Amino acid sequence: MNVSAVAAVIPCWSCKGPVATRALFCSVCGAVQGPGTIDHYTRLGMAATFDIDLDVLQRQYFGFQRRLHPDRFAAKSAKEKALSQSQATALNEAYETLKDPLKRAAYLLKLWGHPVDLTACGTINDRELLMEQMEKREALSEATTPEQVAKLAMENESEVIACQCHISAAFNAGNLEEAGHLAIRLKYLVKLADEARSKKTRVTRLP
Amino acid sequence: MLFQLHEPGETPAPHESERGHAVGIDLGTTNSVVAVSRDGETEVLRDAEGKGLIPSVVYYADDGAVTVGQDARRMLLEQPDHVVSSIKRLMGRGVEDLKTLAGTLPFKLDVAADGGMVRLAVAGRTLTPVEVSADILRALRARAEKAQGKAVDRAVVTVPAYFDDGARLATKDAARLAGLEVLRLVNEPTAAALAYGLDNSSEGLYAVFDLGGGTFDVSILRMEKGVFQVKATGGDAALGGDDIDHAIAEHFLAERAVEHGEVSITEGEAKQALAAARVAKECLSHSETGTWVIEVDGIPSRHSLTRARLEEMAAPWVDRTAAICHAVIEDAGIDVSEIQGVVLVGGSTRMPLVRRKVTEIFGREPLSNINPDEVVAVGAALQAEALTAGSDTLLLDVTPLSLGIETMGNIVEKVIPRNTPIPVAMAQEFTTYQDGQTAMSIHVVQGEREMVDQNRSLARFVLRGIPNMAAGAARIRVTFTVDADGLLTVTASEATTGVEQQVAVKPSYGLTDDEMATMLRDSLVHAKDDMTNRLFAETVVEARRSVLAVQAALKVDSDLLSDDERKDIDGAMAQVDRMIASNDRDSVTAAMESLEAATKVFAERRMDRGIRAALAGMTVEKLDDALGGD
Repeated sequence: MNVSAVAAVIPCWSCKGPVATRALFCSVCGAVQGPGTIDHYTRLGMAATFDIDLDVLQRQYFGFQRRLHPDRFAAKSAKEKALSQSQATALNEAYETLKDPLKRAAYLLKLWGHPVDLTACGTINDRELLMEQMEKREALSEATTPEQVAKLAMENESEVIACQCHISAAFNAGNLEEAGHLAIRLKYLVKLADEARSKKTRVTRLP
Repeated sequence: MLFQLHEPGETPAPHESERGHAVGIDLGTTNSVVAVSRDGETEVLRDAEGKGLIPSVVYYADDGAVTVGQDARRMLLEQPDHVVSSIKRLMGRGVEDLKTLAGTLPFKLDVAADGGMVRLAVAGRTLTPVEVSADILRALRARAEKAQGKAVDRAVVTVPAYFDDGARLATKDAARLAGLEVLRLVNEPTAAALAYGLDNSSEGLYAVFDLGGGTFDVSILRMEKGVFQVKATGGDAALGGDDIDHAIAEHFLAERAVEHGEVSITEGEAKQALAAARVAKECLSHSETGTWVIEVDGIPSRHSLTRARLEEMAAPWVDRTAAICHAVIEDAGIDVSEIQGVVLVGGSTRMPLVRRKVTEIFGREPLSNINPDEVVAVGAALQAEALTAGSDTLLLDVTPLSLGIETMGNIVEKVIPRNTPIPVAMAQEFTTYQDGQTAMSIHVVQGEREMVDQNRSLARFVLRGIPNMAAGAARIRVTFTVDADGLLTVTASEATTGVEQQVAVKPSYGLTDDEMATMLRDSLVHAKDDMTNRLFAETVVEARRSVLAVQAALKVDSDLLSDDERKDIDGAMAQVDRMIASNDRDSVTAAMESLEAATKVFAERRMDRGIRAALAGMTVEKLDDALGGD
């Protein structure tokens, strides 16, 4: 029999018997298993959609960490400690990716075979977006009072929310091209929000 | 699916009853505390006078005797050159770092000693900060053993959240030297939150403001139903009440010089002034004014100080804590108004000025219903119990400082940004910059600045065996892994050939393995026994787990075995049990190997059965998927 063809069952490292590839623990001997190579949504038991309930996501994340975190394995063998560390690491990566709308959009696009490069800054060929962002940045740099900064931050915040709604609509309509464009727009909006926050801290602290 | 949280084999073995409870240790700059938790009830272990705090001061007598605590502090004035205090400030530090600490250190350095690590010259001996810390930890261990009447060899030790990799490793080394297995290094503010949160069943966002003798930390956590999730942390590993003591001491010495004429300050005078400064600072937390006397060589001088003047002197340091708090709130991505409570930790938070500042920063009165000196040790003890006896609480911490590597032009490329939840593994790809380059030097740094030399150098290593390729063709993947203790491991591999190299980051200022081995030999007669015992204990854990795994498998699949095969396996298991009782590690390992051999056929048959069951349970489409995939 060709064992590799049956991807659903692998030998447990501890009792050597069969264990499902996605099992966290062996059902026979109870030993913790490795994290395997499953996608972030599957790992946290979430449906692969852009719209997710963040409370549910957090609950799932805490639930899995409660069982798999290295703190649960402090008295166990070295092998079990190492496996739990890999599991907790994989959970952290999945949670950090899915809880953030921008990272989540990029991840989903990659998962569905339409990757966008959010790190390259040369890809901003959308003139409208470029002009809009330059104006906003200028307005932020000219703001001097906490009130002015707060107003800009609030305006930007509503744009962030609108952009996320549009991304959601694009994903729901299966328009990955559009979702990709919007993800790039979201990246700039998020960056501006970060700058507005640090600027707010600076102007608020001035005597 | 069956989730088995506690394996039956993890119930205490017979000899476990002779083993004391794991303890929680707050290894502080000025004072240390040890606590123990049993069934959620924590107890700070105290001396005969009821004092929980042990001064982190060590006296080295000429005859080699070592004294820790109050008695050592008393020797500070009689034999200042035989006493070491505030050693925590030097943990994981290199000689170069001392420039920034110059003038604030109450000890003499052995400049002649070579190597990157700081060495102290005390009572004619040369000591590393790791050895001095180990002496403090031994005293704490002894107190715990006396209280429990049993051997104590496991502990949760707290470190400032802002401690870098070198300081964390130095702390772990010190514990090892003191015969303690570190179950976990826990960040001090997180430990405080644990103690506080469990006591008050608080929920929501909280800030922990921890100003100790030598270190400052601030963490923002979300507390929720037993989960303590750190959102952001920041601080300064060299900022604390000590700095304020030094400012007052300098003021006193200047006054003294005016009174008695300009003379060079002796070591004794400096230590006397520091002691007076500490008393003055503590008194002025309760009174508005006071007068203190410094007397050296029969020459007294009187010094008056008001609280207002003290606060003027302390202001620069307190202002620095405010700037750090604002930065951390920003990092957490929250508004200060969302914070529901501020927990005060550390003796320095007793100063009225600090409390006013905290109220101003966070816009609310801080909470301090747990003794700020003991709250960290209480949290550590709770975590020690959680790690050994099991618990539902969960501590999710973050990296305090960004980790990166040096690239062309001395620029740092960040691999793991600060405030990333741990454990974590992140990779970055780099390439060669010369044709035919077969080796690449990798320099690991920690810190937030863009230029390499403004950050802390953690380690350097060379990846060799890169195949001969054109510049830019090799793909070198550098992976950083930070474990739950906050300790870093770096691996580098070349993607086209798979050449791999792994380094547990031994900081530039750490002890080498040889030094560690020598210290273990020198300092503890029983060190070798301790090591052997620990290795044996690990092997026993492994052996028991193997036997239990086979027993579990026999319960479900024993029909796959003939009577003879079954007899062989039972015999092999019995042999493992016998060898465990023999107390010889090699025999246990050999017995485990025999067990593995005896169960090989059994394992194969179980896999066959499992695969057949999986196939039978699959629909035709799913089977096609399984066969088509991978």
